[in-house]
Amino acid sequence: MGSWDYQKDISGCGLSGLINKKGERVSGELIARSIATQHDRGNGLGGGFAAYGIYPEFKDHYALHVMCDDRRALAEAEKFLKDSVYVTHEERIPTRPNRKIINVPILKRYFVKPRAETEGTTFDKGLSEDDFMVQVVMRVNMDIAGAFVFSSGKNMGAFKGVGYPEDIADFYRLDEYSGYLWTAHNRFPTNTPGWWGGAHPFTILDWSIVHNGEISSYGINKRYLEMFGYHCTLLTDTEVVAYLLDLLVRKNGLPIDLACLALAPPFWEEIDRMDEGRQRLCRAVRMVYGSALLNGPFAVLFAHNGGLVGLNDRIKLRPLVAATKNDTVYMASEESAIREICPDPDRVWAPKAGEPVIAELENRDGGCYGD
Amino acid sequence: MEIDARGVHYRDLNKMIREAVAEGERRFVLKNVNGQRYIADGIGEKVKIDVYGTPGQDMGAFMKGPEIIVHGNAQDGVGNTMDEGRVAVEGMAGDIVGYGMRGGSIYVLGDVGYRVGIHMKAYRDKIPVIVVGGKAGDFLGEYMAGGVIILLGMFGEDRNGNPPAGHFLGTGMHGGTIFVRKGVDEHRLGRGLKAVEVSPDDMETIKPYLKEFARTFGLGLKEILGERFYKIVPETHRPYGNMYAY
Repeated sequence: MGSWDYQKDISGCGLSGLINKKGERVSGELIARSIATQHDRGNGLGGGFAAYGIYPEFKDHYALHVMCDDRRALAEAEKFLKDSVYVTHEERIPTRPNRKIINVPILKRYFVKPRAETEGTTFDKGLSEDDFMVQVVMRVNMDIAGAFVFSSGKNMGAFKGVGYPEDIADFYRLDEYSGYLWTAHNRFPTNTPGWWGGAHPFTILDWSIVHNGEISSYGINKRYLEMFGYHCTLLTDTEVVAYLLDLLVRKNGLPIDLACLALAPPFWEEIDRMDEGRQRLCRAVRMVYGSALLNGPFAVLFAHNGGLVGLNDRIKLRPLVAATKNDTVYMASEESAIREICPDPDRVWAPKAGEPVIAELENRDGGCYGD
Repeated sequence: MEIDARGVHYRDLNKMIREAVAEGERRFVLKNVNGQRYIADGIGEKVKIDVYGTPGQDMGAFMKGPEIIVHGNAQDGVGNTMDEGRVAVEGMAGDIVGYGMRGGSIYVLGDVGYRVGIHMKAYRDKIPVIVVGGKAGDFLGEYMAGGVIILLGMFGEDRNGNPPAGHFLGTGMHGGTIFVRKGVDEHRLGRGLKAVEVSPDDMETIKPYLKEFARTFGLGLKEILGERFYKIVPETHRPYGNMYAY
């Protein structure tokens, strides 16, 4: 594990997220301040952010954020990318020196389009652009030692590493970005190593997940996902949630609320008391997606280009608070993280176990989302 | 003593309070509190603390004497293992309010989160009391061994007809009493529990707490008493006595 051989410790993580439903963009400075309020929920072994609407100049390109251990890994990853996709623009991810952020991997980003023709390559034939990009990400993460694509959506990006989130935000110069949707994570690794790839968010395409808790069903979820070509390479349970959402929502076409029902379904006893229609739906979801059920304690925020969702496990073993102010919806582990950046919310509430809080962009074609 | 807590780390804030208490200060007003943990933890003196803002996790943990009034919402773990004293929250409170509480009282005007009163216990004249004006999440009174929880379901965010208590009410409970205004559906109760209408004696027991609740938040007692109360108790002293002995 080399320079990433950090010690294991115990406790919880911190989450924060916000979305402006009208698509108006705010600086990353805001979310950094919010998550910093929950500094003591983490231990400096992981911080990260997901930002949406930040690359309007490349909104039709997949933005690949890549971390590499060394020049060899970078050279190999670049060769693979240039053989597989059209790279319109590439650059180092801009960073600012921060004395608390050390052992930094090589960080680059590539704005790419999939190659139209996969004849003569080892990629499957007739893939959609999204499916093709999923395969590209999986290949890099599985086959190229020391290279990881940690962000692969359009007009969005993940920024993460080992450190407290406020230092990670400074390091990645997030105050220079503006987005309509931000999530943040403060990590306190419990069961898996605190390394750059293991920081949250976990992403695939424009799905990003930040998570507090642990997914006890990781083994079942991981094997289930492998049947559909998703491979878990980042040594941490949370990764499965990103791929499950991609499978359930993008591939299988489930609406978000049904996908949440599959991840955190009601208990059978509760289903028995529902009206007949609801019973049939819940039974069907539990039977078809039994292997997608997330067991164990969790609070997650997941984001995509169209919105932000907060979800708890079925018996609320991790905290989650939500609030609204005008067109903005906030969600966080602690109310103080919301009040730090929104002192006077219109409404504050604690979401119920297993009941998603869904905040969607009102007009996905207009505003800052499209341009 | 007034303290502006804006941007002050919890360690520094609590150190200030503790040092002032040691020097004889008994009255505190904390302004701009936001997320600072462990406020008033372990303090044994009879101090009074007004908190403005949103105090952080484990406020009043292990405390033995202080009175805390939160002019706003509180987060998780209010009164964790508290021994004596009084907490009043004018808004809502998070999960595990009164965790392992063994004395004193907690009054919350609005809703509370999950596992409130988990593992409360009583000993002789030390009877911890939690009164919740709003609704409660699942597992209220989980593993409860003693003390009193009163759930009104009246003053929270949700004023609709939804039930005041969540599911798995009193799961693992083997002592103490949970009182619920207007009662609770049987299927929400944990195993080995029963809900019965209160007796006049029971009402005499809880009236002082309801009075205190009404006085604290400036509410009329009459409306609160305008419905029947039901009490939830374990069916036997040892509901799990045979669980591991077959």
